[in-house]
Amino acid sequence: MTTIAANRPAMDGKALDLTGKSGSRAFKNTLATVLIGLCFLLALIPLLWILWTVISKGYSLLFDAAWWSESQRGITVRREGGGAYHAIMGTLIMALITAVIAVPIAILGAIYLVEYGKGTKLARAVSFMIDILTGVPSIVAALFIYAVWITILGFNRVGFAVSLALVLLMLPVVLRSTEEMLKLVPDELREASYALGVPKWKTILKVVIPTAFGGIVTGVMLGLARVMGETAPLLILVGYSKNINLNPFDGFQGALPTMINQDRTELSLQPAADRVWAAALTLILLVLLLNLLARLVARFSTIKSK
Amino acid sequence: MSSTDGTAPPDRPADGKKLELGPVGHLGDRLFSGMAHGSGGLVILIVAFVGIFLLALAIPSLARNESSFLFSRVWEPGASPPRFGIAALFYTTLISSIIAMVIAVPIAVGVALFTTYYAPKRLAAPVAHAIDLLAAVPSIIYGLWGILFFAPILRPVINGIGSALGWIPIFEKPPTADVGVVFTASVVLAIMILPVVTAISREIFAQTPIAHREGALALGATRWEMIRTAVLPYGRSGVVSASMLGLGRALGETVAVLIILSVPNANDPWNSSIFAGGETFASKIANNAAEFDSPEKTGAYIAAGLVLFVVTFLVNSAARLIVARSAPGGKRPRKIRRIGDKAQTEGAAL
Amino acid sequence: MAKRIEVSGLNVYYGDFKAVEDVSMTIEPRSVTAFIGPSGCGKSTYLRTLNRMHEVLPGARVEGKVLLDQQDLYASGVDPVAVRRVVGMVFQRPNPFPTMTIFDNVASGLKLNGVKDRKKLTEVVEKSLVGANLWNEVKDRLDKPGASLSGGQQQRLCIARAIAVEPEVILMDEPCSALDPISTLAIEDLIEKLKDRFTVVIVTHNMQQAARVSDQTGFFNLAATGKPGRLIEMGATKQIFSNPTEKATEDYITGRFG
Repeated sequence: MTTIAANRPAMDGKALDLTGKSGSRAFKNTLATVLIGLCFLLALIPLLWILWTVISKGYSLLFDAAWWSESQRGITVRREGGGAYHAIMGTLIMALITAVIAVPIAILGAIYLVEYGKGTKLARAVSFMIDILTGVPSIVAALFIYAVWITILGFNRVGFAVSLALVLLMLPVVLRSTEEMLKLVPDELREASYALGVPKWKTILKVVIPTAFGGIVTGVMLGLARVMGETAPLLILVGYSKNINLNPFDGFQGALPTMINQDRTELSLQPAADRVWAAALTLILLVLLLNLLARLVARFSTIKSK
Repeated sequence: MSSTDGTAPPDRPADGKKLELGPVGHLGDRLFSGMAHGSGGLVILIVAFVGIFLLALAIPSLARNESSFLFSRVWEPGASPPRFGIAALFYTTLISSIIAMVIAVPIAVGVALFTTYYAPKRLAAPVAHAIDLLAAVPSIIYGLWGILFFAPILRPVINGIGSALGWIPIFEKPPTADVGVVFTASVVLAIMILPVVTAISREIFAQTPIAHREGALALGATRWEMIRTAVLPYGRSGVVSASMLGLGRALGETVAVLIILSVPNANDPWNSSIFAGGETFASKIANNAAEFDSPEKTGAYIAAGLVLFVVTFLVNSAARLIVARSAPGGKRPRKIRRIGDKAQTEGAAL
Repeated sequence: MAKRIEVSGLNVYYGDFKAVEDVSMTIEPRSVTAFIGPSGCGKSTYLRTLNRMHEVLPGARVEGKVLLDQQDLYASGVDPVAVRRVVGMVFQRPNPFPTMTIFDNVASGLKLNGVKDRKKLTEVVEKSLVGANLWNEVKDRLDKPGASLSGGQQQRLCIARAIAVEPEVILMDEPCSALDPISTLAIEDLIEKLKDRFTVVIVTHNMQQAARVSDQTGFFNLAATGKPGRLIEMGATKQIFSNPTEKATEDYITGRFG
């Protein structure tokens, strides 16, 4: 007691100053708060602006039944009419094929990393290559498929080639998110299964995967959303067709991004401009829908990422 | 040995049978493990193939090239003999992406801090999702919006910088009023990479140990001082690597740049100004897909694509390296986990 | 028909690290054997070698013999998966499968190993839940998720799951450490009942628990930090707690340890 009293300057009876910090510190704090808030507003502007542009210019055609059921067959830039059915189907078909190829490889690859390869040299190599693949620009993926599919194998430019290029882009997204989800499955569940005399592969299939299922689906949807909006592979690997073509192995095929690209130089013509923005809105809606669904699934899944 | 087993309870007969401990059939295990290993190996093969095939198709064209591939600005792969070099493409790609990064990173850090430490709890998640939505907008839409609606408002900015700093070559004011310039592409690229950089920074900032933050606050720091002394130092390497990943994205972006950038007239002298048009690797390749009619010409574009692949590879590797070196959470490989850990921590507790 | 376990000269390694050294013991059938000792003394590690669960970690290996009913669990040709069907385990924290109902949790061991006969599954589930003193609490909600139960009920669910595959031996790794006193009591009652049918081996931090439930007690300790754990003394529980032979055991039991 005495030493403490001696150490303190004086029992001067002065009230402690709890009203705040010094002026310059308070000012800096306020300034930082304002600047950080501004950054956020600044980031929101383009989002709202883009959404507003696309919605306000594109919505009217979307209420037209023909938009969802007809193609652009025989319709020139100067004429109104027709729809985006050919492009929507093209986008969906290519995305579906991409998913069918990429998802099994991605999930098995993630299983390899989490359940089998942990800590091995091969696993580190695989992990590194996934990082590389994540960074591969879509145009490079498209060129690679062009080199193999067209230059070396001598096939034609078709929708399937686009899907192959998109596989390279979707694979790392789904693989990484699946890997994260599998890592979140507690080891206790694996041990509980092993302790019942269940072999490893059944433990993975029947215990680990179901537990992580919601998260895996979320990853697949986000991966799909990413590849649906890609344009570069479409430009190089398939021609745009105004007609309905449901066969990804034969002939040119329409897709929403190339439908936008087709008429983007003719925006001074009202019918063309309407179609471009309506196609853009359709594409955004498709991608946003997938994103929303992904979040919804994530919310109800057993394992939460946070 | 069976003396104690003599009085088995009624529901479990004393069968005296030998326990079955032999192999229980691991065909499923072998198949499944094989498929998993195969998929892992496939990933390695794919990346290796990308490099090998691009190289294999580029080499014949490079061999016939009469110009310096790395240092020439000429691009005439169709001429005989073909002459092409990537110097101009390299310059435009790099400068547009770097400017994009310089613009995006401070804002991304601000947004990340806002969502982690400033926004009210209830608002933080929706705000973060809103920014993530920027990543969901397809790049072709960025391109259209960028050139039609956003570029015109950049005109005064371009004029302003051009007048003030025009004596520096890269800020030189262009003769035309064209807005399809490198600078416009950079700003749009900045918006496009913003969500990537924000998301990673946000994650790192949120991981700042509570002890560090409360330590700062307990010393009487203001919120900003807490961020400056605890959060920012902790997240620095994360932000650096997020920036590199953003840079990698910008380097490879194709369609938005393709739509925004005006391709300079072939006869015009080369202009280094960011207020002039130009072509990046990606936009050049996409713009000329129609020219892929002979293996030689295609080879020239594939060579350009290969350089882009190598550059993004290097940038991304650097980003990963920075994370791995100084990951705050520590991604150190651990050979013995769980029980081993438990044993160690329990040992330490003694 | 529970089985006797005879262990001789067992060493456990993780990579180069020797975790447990030279353990020999006999575990009697249809009895409860408890392992006590300070944290990090290797008792949990040792427990896991009795059904080869330690092999889940890469780099883990053992030297020595573990005989279950005269058969060496580490003989060549012995499949760890088969061993675990005979030697079940209950863990520190209740770990029901979150995607499965109560019914499916109990039936999981059989289902995952290919039993599809619904009638048989229903029978086994009821018998196991009765055996785990849980039937009356859950019989009306077998189709609810296993995670909807309280912690103590979840742990009994895990015990039901373990006994549903009719093992010979049940290993329990601190089964009550995550539970409140009332749930702990329920588990202790259950252990008392389980020993009519199974050989039960339990690791516990709680000396009173060891004294209450076990017939035999083994005391593990480290020679020093960083040294492998060893079995210091083993004997009838009464004798260990009232009249231990070793000074270290006495110190530990009377709380004079460390």
